[in-house]
Amino acid sequence: MSGIRATRRRRQSVLRWVVVTLCMLFFAAPLAGMLDFTTKDAQGNRTGATWAKLVDVQGVSRDYPDLAAGFTASVGLAVLTVVVMLVLLVPTMTWVRLRLPGLSRTVEFLCLLPLTVPAIVLVVGLTPVYSWVTYFLGESTIWLGFAYVILVLPYAYRSLDVGLRAIDVKTLSEAGRSLGAGWGTVMVRVVLPNLRTAVLSAAFLAVALTLGEFTIANLFSRTNLQVAMFFLGKSDAQVSVAVGLASLVFAFLVLFALSFVGGRSPSRKETS
Amino acid sequence: MSRGVAVQLTDLRRTYSGVNALDGLTLHLEPGELVALLGPSGCGKTTALRCLAGLEDPDSGRVEVGGKDLTRVPTNKRDMGMVFQAYSLFPHLTARQNVEFGLQLRKQGGEQRRRRSTEMLELVGLSAHVDKYAHQLSGGQQQRVALARALAIEPQVLLLDEPLSALDAKVRTQLRDEIRRIQLEVGTTTLFVTHDQEEALAIADRVGVMRSGRLLQLAAPQELYSRPADDFVADFVGLTNRVMGTSHGMTVQVLGADVPLLPGSASEGPVTVLIRPEHLTVTQDAAGAAVVISSSFLGAQGRVVVSPGENLHPVLVQVPSAVVADFSPGDRVTVRPVGAPALAIAAG
Repeated sequence: MSGIRATRRRRQSVLRWVVVTLCMLFFAAPLAGMLDFTTKDAQGNRTGATWAKLVDVQGVSRDYPDLAAGFTASVGLAVLTVVVMLVLLVPTMTWVRLRLPGLSRTVEFLCLLPLTVPAIVLVVGLTPVYSWVTYFLGESTIWLGFAYVILVLPYAYRSLDVGLRAIDVKTLSEAGRSLGAGWGTVMVRVVLPNLRTAVLSAAFLAVALTLGEFTIANLFSRTNLQVAMFFLGKSDAQVSVAVGLASLVFAFLVLFALSFVGGRSPSRKETS
Repeated sequence: MSRGVAVQLTDLRRTYSGVNALDGLTLHLEPGELVALLGPSGCGKTTALRCLAGLEDPDSGRVEVGGKDLTRVPTNKRDMGMVFQAYSLFPHLTARQNVEFGLQLRKQGGEQRRRRSTEMLELVGLSAHVDKYAHQLSGGQQQRVALARALAIEPQVLLLDEPLSALDAKVRTQLRDEIRRIQLEVGTTTLFVTHDQEEALAIADRVGVMRSGRLLQLAAPQELYSRPADDFVADFVGLTNRVMGTSHGMTVQVLGADVPLLPGSASEGPVTVLIRPEHLTVTQDAAGAAVVISSSFLGAQGRVVVSPGENLHPVLVQVPSAVVADFSPGDRVTVRPVGAPALAIAAG
């Protein structure tokens, strides 16, 4: 009996590794292709010239000003998107859970709605809004962050919802209040530390999505990293692909960091 | 050291979706007193405690602590310590940091906080666990830390919302006794909410029995048990037999004997008499009309269930555990009241 079980376990283990290897190949093959393309010169010889260009920050600013501007804009967009998303979602979701549980379905519906709206429809809807944004705040790519907040809502909502479900927010906040904490203190010193993983997860997803966004920026005629890469691809395909590969690797690293951080409890980590 | 203050709840009303959770509750706690609110689920006892804590706003009525009207004062300004039914330690903080949380908010210095938290954790017997996180502590230890955290801020009133209900029986009894010891030591006025009658009777100065948002009786445990105000209180607190009898003014004839009536009893004609199992005796009697249905050994004592006659409800009799084996199902016996006063209600 135990022999049959051991054989079954071995087969399952082999199957698991086959699936994992296939998945890794699926992701690694295009990346390997990109790496291959960016490390060859016109004669097919290996060269690191393209990557050398990219690590020369001043050279990139001089030779590819649109790429530098797009990168800067995307980083700014990622920061704005994460900040606005967290400021908007964390208190709202906490408050709904504590005081307005009847509204949770509505909030969930509103947050998931952007998944069903194609980017082109979103742009059409947002165009008049952005004419006002430009009128009041001036013309800048950074204001695309407001549209990106809408885009990241479904993913951020899911992450934060999982975090909020994992803790007894009501009891913890009532305990905090009974000890003399105001709502602000409860949010900062009780709720947020216990949502650390969920907040990081939402933030990383928002960063990944913002760095990869092309459609809305292009339709609004703004330059972010993806738009800059697209146009650069027409004049210098190797640099464009190298930047694409670097941003993909960065996104993978972010997600890897996310799974690493998510798997560790802060309290366990600090325990002596 | 007594730092207790008086608490007065006056005519508190609170409705949820048309249901009266509190229906004109009035309750007074003397300084330093421990009052337990007892009642079945949904009777309004937790709502009363939450109104006192400021976690619920009453629709009407008044909450006064130490003579000050706190009805509309937010929770964080009420200066009350609270221990919850659910484990409420902040998971990202150690036991010491949890205890220091309220002190930090009161701007106490590091050394002062440390001294106070050490003192409080010693009081609840957890000096060896100061650097542990909630997940490293047992349920009983977590509730002790929660108690230390609530007391550390030297609250005017201590509120305990079924703090023992998630614990196993042995820990529950230990912690119950410790709560009472600590409460007597610090002298804080305390409101304790529970659905466990034994818990309430064991530690409270006075016990209030609630039903449908109303306080039916508020009395010392012994008085509540021996002189229940009505049949609900008699049924809810302890075990009660319901036996048919005939009332004659101050006494009632029941199971072939006369028993004095408690105030508030139905005074004439056929009545239902509420008699405690320990207020009955059962003796072997071959000519007796009653028949033993079952007997059970419960450790310190035993119980015998007897059918007093045809078409009559069985009665439960408490007997010393040493004699419980003498009674077997089918034995003929005689059941008699010992003469303790009983409550009678009109036969329905």
